Amino acid sequence: MVARRPTRTVMRLVAALAPAALLAAALAGCAPNDFPQSTFNPRSEFAGMIQSLNLQLIFWVVLIFIVVQTLLIVAIVKFRARPDSPEPKPVHGNTALEIAWTIAPAIILAFVAVPTVLTIFKTQAKPVRTDLVVKVIGHQWWWEFQYPDLGVVTANEMHVPVGRTIVVDIETADVIHSFWFPAMGGKRDAIPGRPNRIWFTPDTVGVFPGQCAEFCGLSHANMRMKLMVETPAAFAAWVELQRRPPAGGGAAPDSTAAVSAAMALAPAPAPPAGSPAARGREIFGQSACIGCHTVAGLSAGVLGPDLTHFASRTTFAGSLFENTPDNVARWLTDPPGRKPGALMPNLGLTPEQVNALVAYLESLK
Amino acid sequence: MSVAVAVHAHAPGAHRTSTGLNSRKMLFWAFLGSECMFFGSLIATYLVYRGRDQVGPHPHEILNIPFTSVSAFVLLMSSLTMVLALAAVQRGDRRGSGIWLAATALLGMTFVGGQFYEFTHFVHEGLTLQTNLFGSTFYVLTGFHGTHVTVGVIWLWSLFAMAVRGKLPQSRALDVEIAGLYWHFVDVVWIAIFTLVYLIQ
Amino acid sequence: MASTIATAAAVHAVPRSESGLWSWITTVDHKRIGALYGVTAFILFLVGGIEALVIRLQLAQPGNHFISPDVYNQMFTMHGTTMVFLAVMPLSASFFNFLVPLMIGARDVAFPRLNAFSYWVFLFGAIFLHVSFLHGGAPNVGWFGYANLTAKGFSPGSGVDFWAIGLQILGIASLAAAFNFIVTIINMRAPGMGFMRMPPFVWMTLVTSFLIILAFPVITVALVFLLFDRFTGTNFFVPAAGADPLLWQHLFWLFGHPEVYILILPAMGIISEVLPAFSRKPLFGYPVVVYSGIFIGFMGWGVWSHHMFAVGLGPLADSFFALTTMLIAIPTGVKIFNWLATIWGGKLRFTTAMHFALGFIALFTMGGLSGFMHASPPADLQQTDTYFVVAHIHYVLFGGALMGIFAGIYYWFPKMTGRLMNERLGKLHFWLMVTAMNVTFFPMHFVGLLGMPRRVYTYAPHMGFDWMNLTSTVGAFGIAVGLLVFMWNWWTSRRHGEPAGNDPWGGASLEWALPSPPPPWNFATIPVVRSIDPLWHRESRAAALAANEPSGPIHMPPSSHWPIVSALGATLLMSGMIFGWAIGIPGLVVTLAGIYAWAFEPCT
Repeated sequence: MVARRPTRTVMRLVAALAPAALLAAALAGCAPNDFPQSTFNPRSEFAGMIQSLNLQLIFWVVLIFIVVQTLLIVAIVKFRARPDSPEPKPVHGNTALEIAWTIAPAIILAFVAVPTVLTIFKTQAKPVRTDLVVKVIGHQWWWEFQYPDLGVVTANEMHVPVGRTIVVDIETADVIHSFWFPAMGGKRDAIPGRPNRIWFTPDTVGVFPGQCAEFCGLSHANMRMKLMVETPAAFAAWVELQRRPPAGGGAAPDSTAAVSAAMALAPAPAPPAGSPAARGREIFGQSACIGCHTVAGLSAGVLGPDLTHFASRTTFAGSLFENTPDNVARWLTDPPGRKPGALMPNLGLTPEQVNALVAYLESLK
Repeated sequence: MSVAVAVHAHAPGAHRTSTGLNSRKMLFWAFLGSECMFFGSLIATYLVYRGRDQVGPHPHEILNIPFTSVSAFVLLMSSLTMVLALAAVQRGDRRGSGIWLAATALLGMTFVGGQFYEFTHFVHEGLTLQTNLFGSTFYVLTGFHGTHVTVGVIWLWSLFAMAVRGKLPQSRALDVEIAGLYWHFVDVVWIAIFTLVYLIQ
Repeated sequence: MASTIATAAAVHAVPRSESGLWSWITTVDHKRIGALYGVTAFILFLVGGIEALVIRLQLAQPGNHFISPDVYNQMFTMHGTTMVFLAVMPLSASFFNFLVPLMIGARDVAFPRLNAFSYWVFLFGAIFLHVSFLHGGAPNVGWFGYANLTAKGFSPGSGVDFWAIGLQILGIASLAAAFNFIVTIINMRAPGMGFMRMPPFVWMTLVTSFLIILAFPVITVALVFLLFDRFTGTNFFVPAAGADPLLWQHLFWLFGHPEVYILILPAMGIISEVLPAFSRKPLFGYPVVVYSGIFIGFMGWGVWSHHMFAVGLGPLADSFFALTTMLIAIPTGVKIFNWLATIWGGKLRFTTAMHFALGFIALFTMGGLSGFMHASPPADLQQTDTYFVVAHIHYVLFGGALMGIFAGIYYWFPKMTGRLMNERLGKLHFWLMVTAMNVTFFPMHFVGLLGMPRRVYTYAPHMGFDWMNLTSTVGAFGIAVGLLVFMWNWWTSRRHGEPAGNDPWGGASLEWALPSPPPPWNFATIPVVRSIDPLWHRESRAAALAANEPSGPIHMPPSSHWPIVSALGATLLMSGMIFGWAIGIPGLVVTLAGIYAWAFEPCT
């Protein structure tokens, strides 16, 4: 009816797509530091293989995009109704042409399908070697990392040595989660009753963020984690520290407390009597804390994170908060208020008790 | 020329159709296609979960094949009587219609009764919906089948009531034919369940 | 002699009231039911849209406290559920209802009362689902409701129950409608309309209906398991009992992927009608477009596990599902090329409907291409459950399904109301919406690739997500402005629009032979169809136009209130699971009474 002037139509089309183009241009010029969780920042062979496949896909996708949109724009400009345009020929089809554009996508598919299948088998093959096994257990809403061969248990921060092949066994304590460090490669779900396994070899020292990628309930957004890729020496030192009994440890207050593997370690001297840390340890040992948390030599709870070396971590509570005395104090005052749905209840601690507990926790190097 | 627009329900099927097939019958075939996916999903779940139970009782400890063979035979026979019922209606044989419809319904009731006995017996033996995966999948699968048979029995008795009151003339044979389609379908589903659940353990 | 139609209307008017609330409640006229579907679904679409705006406001900046995480989870669950089941599907159903009988030369659908029943069940199901907001909180486990998060222990509230029961109720509506359209299309075509003379929209309706009747039973079974687990303590999704929570995912996606095609195929059908009309050229390669639609529907059954690549099904399964998924790209690509060839060499008139149809090609192609990227499992492992997939589904469902639906609204509005919509406002709506749509969803590709997971109520600062999320939020409000323009246009045009006449666009299919709006009986005489585009050839045009010449008595189904009674009963019966016997038992009684009265309602 109302034929638009094609130039205006095209201009509007360009205007509509302009933000997209600007965004693409802006992103291209950004440093990886600005996007710590980027999938375009491969730091392992697993992530690298995905990256190279992804770049091929992007090439084809952009090519097809340009072809189709160009044809569309050309048709719009060229065949708009003009007063003098003739009645179109009633073409019903063209077999040769239609066969051609059935085969063309099929060929492109072959170009994509072959590397896809090769990459699937490469990334899901048995690990070439196993330098370190880490068992990851997803919890609502934090991550537990166990190093069965090293006797180390920690939470929310996974330490690995650079250049070593890490085999990750992925499990869950409750619902489905998904383990994902974009810099190390693709995600893998943690499914009840179905242990999963991936492996990767980090190639760069650094700290890489990750987080749960499968919706797992109220605080899904707060289920974050960090990967600390360290030099082998630094990693060994970390392991050494984690295996040591905690600074603030000591004999279990009650010899009937459940025995855990961590408790087999020799207790370390208790904090000096009368110090806030000693007071904190006393409160810890007498309150609900021990029901859920392990501190080697003191308690053996397994519902919450192992706190034996709490002070050696940079973050806590699903890697949500910096591990500073202020933050820990705020956390202890009202955990569900700080992290919605946190299973740790508000224990109704007095400020004095909180300060003592903070002192104790921060002594657990 | 004037046109009369009468407000009639065009009894669907009474009209010419593009394919010559009756519309109600076609609707029913589509419904049965849908039912295939329904029972297919139930049966597939049973098969996927077979042998994953953490606690007993397990199928081989509890399923009574001779007993269920008899009730399966009863259900199969009801398909035969259903065919005879349809034939009687199509002939306009009012007495035969009543007899065979009632026979079909009674055979169906025998089957449902057998299932009721089987369920109570199993519960007695310690298998409930909650006991294990076998309990959950078995009861839900066979329970849905039993519900289908029960609906069929009610349907058949309604037809029977129409037949004895002379309201099921030859012209309404389609009503019986559709009920028959349903009945045979439920029968065939049972053959699948009987084979996959009872015979192949 | 000349006033035959008037006479007809007069005769007709005696036993059947044509206006007033009661006439709408008891109507069995497919056109009125189509209107009911359309208006209801559009209102629910606005509800889903408001939920989207709430989501976008919460995500406008990192660490925002606009709403609580629980409300956020309810919002994204209800947004997804609403848009899929209460907006796009019933909007398509609105077109099925209004158009299919007109396009195939029938006076109504095969089962008019069943059709009314479908609508009422849909309406009551939608209301039921929204009652949850007032009864302890809406569902908050995602529209996909993965086990075992849906277990009573992890989701103790009644939100999940509302969700599961609500979907069962809506399933009844979809199934009943689909059975009806299958029979209508196969059995009620006018003489001469062979299968390969059916308009492409009718074909896509047929394929969609088959997908519905085969896919919905699968989710019905999955929901039955879930309800048994939650209400009776069975073990279907209890890992401790040996159950595999993946069973839910397999059943859900075995339904869910065909469901995706249930959402998009009708829009493809609409596009295949609109493009030829405004190119003044027949659809290029009609048989190929039809066959590729059937092939897409068929292949939709073999790709469900591509939603589960991160699950770890093993390299063989991953490769299989990757290849089947890529295979679907072929018929989809073929369709796009056929549409391009349709406009190529045509005489294009850029009406609003044509704008939306061309917009569909541009935007749906983008959605298809991002879909092609995560068809490759290794790439998908980085993309799944991130905003990249959110971008993908919105390009496919907003850029695809909704653009198609808007093309359809602008195209058939004159047929439905007898008036034209305002083209100026229409184009304003188009450009606002397309621009805002890209502003909203295009950055999501990047925010996803840069590592932002979906379904998170908040995100940390310094991740580089901030300004892209803010951009998306701004865009979302742009979409809302576009919709306001549309609503204004719709509201004013239906009373004050230019009169449309029978055939304002020069369309090819049968509905354009009829007056706008068509009389209750559609065709005074059932036309004889002689070609695939009956109005475009002199001889077949004459045959089609003869449909307006009465030739004998017209039999129309009487209106009935039993469909609404049965629908109400069925809904009450199923709500009884939550509200107890006091609601359930009356529901059962009403259902049985409704069905009995329906079955024995005088038909002749």
